[in-house]
Amino acid sequence: MENMQVEKTGISRWKPIIEDWKHTLYLWRRTKLAMVGTFIVIGFLIMALLAPVLAPYDPIKVDLANRLKPPSRQFLFGTDQFGRDILSRVLYGARIEVWIIFLVTVISGTIGTAIGIVAGYFGGWIDEVLMRITDIFLAFPRLILAMALSAVLGRGLTNAIIAISLVEWTVIARLARAEAMRVKSQPFVEAAKAVGASDLRILLLHVLPMCVSPILVQLTMRMGTIILTAAGLGFLGLGAQPPTPEWGAIVSDGRSYLINHWWISTFPGLFIALVVLGFNLLGDGIRDILDPRLRR
Amino acid sequence: MKLASFIVKRLFLMLLVLFGVSVLVFVISKVIPADPVGAILGGNAPVELVEDLKRRLGLDKPLINQFFDYMSGLLKGDLGRSLKTNRPVVKDIAEFFPATLELAISATLLSIVLGILLGILSAVYRNKFIDHFSRVFSILGVSMPVFWTGLLLLLLFYFRLGWLPGGGRLSLFVTPPTKYTGLLVLDSLLSGNMEAFKDALAHLVLPTVVLGYSAAASIARITRASMLDVLRQDFIRTAKAKGIGKRLVIYRHALRNALIPVVTIIGLTFGGLLEGAVLTETIFSWPGLGRYIVNALLVLDYPAIMGGTLFVAVIYSLVNLVVDIVYAALDPRMRI
Amino acid sequence: MVRGSLLNVENLRVVFYTYRGVIKALNGVKLWLNEEERLAVVGETGCGKSVTALAIMRLIESPGEITSGRVEFLGRDLLSLPEEEMEKVRGKSISMIFQEPVAALNPVFKVGFQIAEAIAHSQNISIKDAYSLVPEALTMVGLDWKRTMNLYAHELSGGMAQRVMIAMALAVKPKLLIADEPTSALDVTIQAQILELLDNLVRVARNAVIFITHDLAIASEFCDRVAVMYAGNVVEVAKSDEIFARPLHPYTVGLIDSIPLVGQRKELKGIAGVVPDLVDPPSGCRFHPRCQKAFDRCKVELPNLIEASKDHFVACHLYTAGDRNGDTAKS
Repeated sequence: MENMQVEKTGISRWKPIIEDWKHTLYLWRRTKLAMVGTFIVIGFLIMALLAPVLAPYDPIKVDLANRLKPPSRQFLFGTDQFGRDILSRVLYGARIEVWIIFLVTVISGTIGTAIGIVAGYFGGWIDEVLMRITDIFLAFPRLILAMALSAVLGRGLTNAIIAISLVEWTVIARLARAEAMRVKSQPFVEAAKAVGASDLRILLLHVLPMCVSPILVQLTMRMGTIILTAAGLGFLGLGAQPPTPEWGAIVSDGRSYLINHWWISTFPGLFIALVVLGFNLLGDGIRDILDPRLRR
Repeated sequence: MKLASFIVKRLFLMLLVLFGVSVLVFVISKVIPADPVGAILGGNAPVELVEDLKRRLGLDKPLINQFFDYMSGLLKGDLGRSLKTNRPVVKDIAEFFPATLELAISATLLSIVLGILLGILSAVYRNKFIDHFSRVFSILGVSMPVFWTGLLLLLLFYFRLGWLPGGGRLSLFVTPPTKYTGLLVLDSLLSGNMEAFKDALAHLVLPTVVLGYSAAASIARITRASMLDVLRQDFIRTAKAKGIGKRLVIYRHALRNALIPVVTIIGLTFGGLLEGAVLTETIFSWPGLGRYIVNALLVLDYPAIMGGTLFVAVIYSLVNLVVDIVYAALDPRMRI
Repeated sequence: MVRGSLLNVENLRVVFYTYRGVIKALNGVKLWLNEEERLAVVGETGCGKSVTALAIMRLIESPGEITSGRVEFLGRDLLSLPEEEMEKVRGKSISMIFQEPVAALNPVFKVGFQIAEAIAHSQNISIKDAYSLVPEALTMVGLDWKRTMNLYAHELSGGMAQRVMIAMALAVKPKLLIADEPTSALDVTIQAQILELLDNLVRVARNAVIFITHDLAIASEFCDRVAVMYAGNVVEVAKSDEIFARPLHPYTVGLIDSIPLVGQRKELKGIAGVVPDLVDPPSGCRFHPRCQKAFDRCKVELPNLIEASKDHFVACHLYTAGDRNGDTAKS
């Protein structure tokens, strides 16, 4: 029992990374709900992408001869008070939702990350001030602030997007700050400082890349909420203006006709629910997969 | 740190934040692209009238003076005068807020009871039927837009089935109770007006369910997650090893710990309730603060918008302060 | 057949159902204990010592399951008791202390409350009444009760917390104390203190102890007998000095050989190979892949625990009853 042989390991440097990804994929496939969520989201994206191809009618053109028709083979989801096919409007509405999600994510992600990592990295009074500012924005319930900002900026889709972004950034900022604080105390950052790297350089090249991953995850998990807020604004008439087929706005359109023409409000709302459900399932799945306890 | 000093510190922070909030609101109201004077007088008013109105509204003074006027007004409880109702905004708020409060309270109660119960059962009977049901219930609850659920329930229970009233707080033919608190259900009980009590309750049902459902869903989710987390901990094993019985282990040892993050969520859901209230009140024609703000938004009644928003922020901050205090009271580790 | 007067564990099997497969954690464990006796259970991490302790207390929960066996305590089979009866055993006749003492205490309750709760349960009195007995319990473990009673878990040092756990466990005057690596998470100096404390208290109160550890030195010093476990089986049981002087099982030999002695100048020895994967464990004797002396029978048949010499038991095909030299060998 004297000699223990040490095997020569011929493992390439890529193997661990590939193994980790394979394991992630395996966990993802096992989590049925995450898969359902992913498929829903993919379906949603396809809807948006192929709207012009899939939509049987023009979503905006008025056709009074066909107004307020119930769902039928000709108009799968029925028509609204202007004779516009609800299905086509819903399909085109998906594009608008994608557009909203994309812009809000980019804007709030950028602002939030920037403020967050600066606050977390520098600490001290910079941190205090930035955090108080964040607190001020967080002192309002999301929708209320978005509403107020919308009103101030004026109605319209672009302004609604700006309003929502100004509300969402706080969530990202908090996360970015926490991550930056965690990274700040790591040895490699100290090493960079010792070599004389400027703060800006450290922030951009060292801190930022380490924070990106959890921030991306959080952004994905927020997408459902973003849709709900945007739809809420649309419902109140503060978002996209007619005749733009934003889902919340369509639901609002159908309100006055609810009693006898239920389909105008029901279908766009159903799609909102489905897509948000998809994002939520996906988000839950991501969270479960990343949970170190479940990773074996 | 003792609980008392913690409370003082938090209170101070809150006031600081509220100051910032009022500054923000002021800044926003000054940055409006639209012209408030023009909104009142119309685009083609003669110059003298415009100047006159400007002077009366205090808009001709330098910005700093306007800010001081604004802050001193706030401290006195003056939020300006609504352009639409021409009443002080504070009076408007006093009239409409109780309705929202009533709705928020009943929805909160429903969501806490339902949410926590489902969350606990879900965690304790993991992967059994109640767990699956609860998880589906929850994820649907946080995915469905409040205004859609409201419309559907309205369609079903009012238009088609006629079981519940479709809007407002009280039917037209019912005599309203004497006003003690502004909370109709409470007031009708206090004044012994049973007809109003039943009617007010009936009107409260649908909006409460709509509002409470999504809140219940998120509370259930967090309770389940928190409970599962706690049940994994070492001290639960110790408690079991003491032989005190599964029920005590869950309700005495686990729950106290599991509820801590739930309390935070209750604070957050209250904020969500305030948002949801805006949408719910619109659908059910509930004469509350939410609908007031929405109407103010649509006609660009800026004093009302700003005043209403500021008030909501104050309420929300107070709720969060209470949540923080309760959190610290429950978790001795947090009293830093 | 050897039997203990207090506890007899026969053929205990425990499995865990996981994503990767079924972990066969305990493969027919056999243990016995007499009153007032101290038994050490030693082995590497993952060999099943903690699982055995939890199984005795019937604290194994999903995804784990006790699939077969008997745990006879004071004449009753604990595994077949209804839960309410088992609750009367836990915290009363059998107490347990754990490895990370601070984590083992509830963070939101004061120490005094938690001890009172244990005492209340064991004596069937109200917690309020039990409070009066807490000072005595804390003083017994060398703590200032006035101060300690009102502290929270996170305000205690590791040593203090373990003293509290000991107070909680011994205040109920159990017949059996199970200590699952109680000192492994503590500093070496504190370790010595806690062991000394335990030694004194247990001697006076005359509790039986099952002491789980991976440290052979502690095991031999503190306990009368030592049981060595490997991959879900008990492979050797003997008195402390006997196991050190004359280890029989190849694994035990390897363990003892691997302990560096102060003053000795030798190469550090390890045991070749790795701990087996319990989802797909080796057939027969689970140690056979790493055993220099393995032969065909070892791969096929799991050896039973037999008395190779007086009071010295081993589960290895190298030995038969009464043959302590391993002469009766293979094919």
